[in-house]
Amino acid sequence: MMDQQGKASIIRLFHVHKNYGAAKALSDVTIDISKNDLLFITGPSGAGKTSLLKLLYYGEAVTEGQVLIDGINLSRISHKTIPMLRRKFGIIFQDYKLIPTKTVFDNIAIVLETIGKKRRFIEKKIRSVLRTVGMENSIHSLPPTLSGGEQQRIAVARAIVGDPKIILADEPTGNLDEDSADVIVDLLKKFHTRGATVIIATHDKELIRKTGGRVIYLKQGRIHPINSPNNVLQ
Amino acid sequence: MIYCKRAIKDILEHRFLSVVTIVTISVSILIASAFTLFFINANAIVNSWKKGIRIMVYLKPNTPEIKVTEIKRNIQEMKGVKDVRFISNKDALQRLKNQMKRQSSLLDNLKENPLPDAFEIQLMESFQNQEKIEKLAARLESLKPVDEVEYGQIWLGRFTNILNLFRLTGFAMGSLFLLATVLIVANTIRLVLYSRQKEVEIMRLVGATDGFIKAPFYIEGLIQGALGGIIGLGALFILFILISSNMGQGLTSSFFTIRFLSWDTFLGIWVCSMFVGWIGCFVSLKQFLKQ
Repeated sequence: MMDQQGKASIIRLFHVHKNYGAAKALSDVTIDISKNDLLFITGPSGAGKTSLLKLLYYGEAVTEGQVLIDGINLSRISHKTIPMLRRKFGIIFQDYKLIPTKTVFDNIAIVLETIGKKRRFIEKKIRSVLRTVGMENSIHSLPPTLSGGEQQRIAVARAIVGDPKIILADEPTGNLDEDSADVIVDLLKKFHTRGATVIIATHDKELIRKTGGRVIYLKQGRIHPINSPNNVLQ
Repeated sequence: MIYCKRAIKDILEHRFLSVVTIVTISVSILIASAFTLFFINANAIVNSWKKGIRIMVYLKPNTPEIKVTEIKRNIQEMKGVKDVRFISNKDALQRLKNQMKRQSSLLDNLKENPLPDAFEIQLMESFQNQEKIEKLAARLESLKPVDEVEYGQIWLGRFTNILNLFRLTGFAMGSLFLLATVLIVANTIRLVLYSRQKEVEIMRLVGATDGFIKAPFYIEGLIQGALGGIIGLGALFILFILISSNMGQGLTSSFFTIRFLSWDTFLGIWVCSMFVGWIGCFVSLKQFLKQ
């Protein structure tokens, strides 16, 4: 599958609708995302950014329309294939979603244990990703003992440790101070330059400005056309 | 191996709930195995009594000696008879005197021997059940000079009925206890799962399969079942030692000795308790992961 620029598509949404009871979260959303894209999904709160991300990793099922992820049609996905789909993603959640009773090491190790990696490999890899995010000294810490910025960096480490094809980040700088946000932005840029497709849902215009990339503007669940990212930034 | 490590780590991390589960299993195993122990020993007692069963055939007074010899031969030829011994009325009276010891003088003033001649019949082991004994007794009663046949039929029948009732009650109670244990374990594990709902959700989000999530829980169930079983059976053994040492004289006789569970039964109950832990996990995981 190729997109309009002739690049191979990794994610395609065709006329996707998502309803929660009577409330419409997404209406007629069609998006083509190429491999190694850096894409921002932005818009006001309640625009459907998080709902859109959830559809991608099958956190929610679409109400209508089709979603294709790296060749997998999510309308026909079986229960057994869902874990395989999710392994294509590295997901950074707004609320970090770290297990508070497990150490930083154990939180990150789950990703590699699920794919059956050996203990020695896991230890080496985790030390390497923690070095990348600048948290190698916190390997044995419990998440509640870390600051918000540090927890977000651990969440980034967990997202990248399995070398996923796609990184999804939901408001990755939402709860962070400027310095911590800059660290996260730099990390996301780094993974993009290494070849990952990075999709960031945010209403943080500063993050979009600093990072650069394609922007999709959502409002009341619909995509609103924008001529250039500057329109959104203004 | 990784699942075992995770299971042990999880048990240690959720100590309180693990202890509750282990104690629940051990109490249930203690009760169920106490019932089994009682039943096994009651069964052994009845069997030992059955082995002591003798049929007494009392002859009419003044049966001629030739007739006695003929009857003895007839009895010996009957199916199921191991040994036949003639006890004359004189021998019987002497035996009674010996048994009465000091009171034996009471028998000295008897004008005539009131006891009849009798045959004491020992049965083959394969013949020691009520139905066969009753049939044999009926045949013995049909012999001409036989006055009465006695083999403790009433108490034997009653005791067998009581034992059958115990057997039924034992199975019913055992099954109920195991069912109750499975439900309690399932509920306790559900509590563990609810306390780890976030963890399970995160594991699913990072691509863990249901099998990967379930495996440590199943191992936890097996470990908790094994520990609960050992504690329950250990407690039963201690109780057995305490009770049998205090009541040793009263509980044993020349016919039988109260025994603890055999290794086979012990291992069977232990495996059963591991299964209870596992099935408890299975029930709650099935419901929990559907959500």
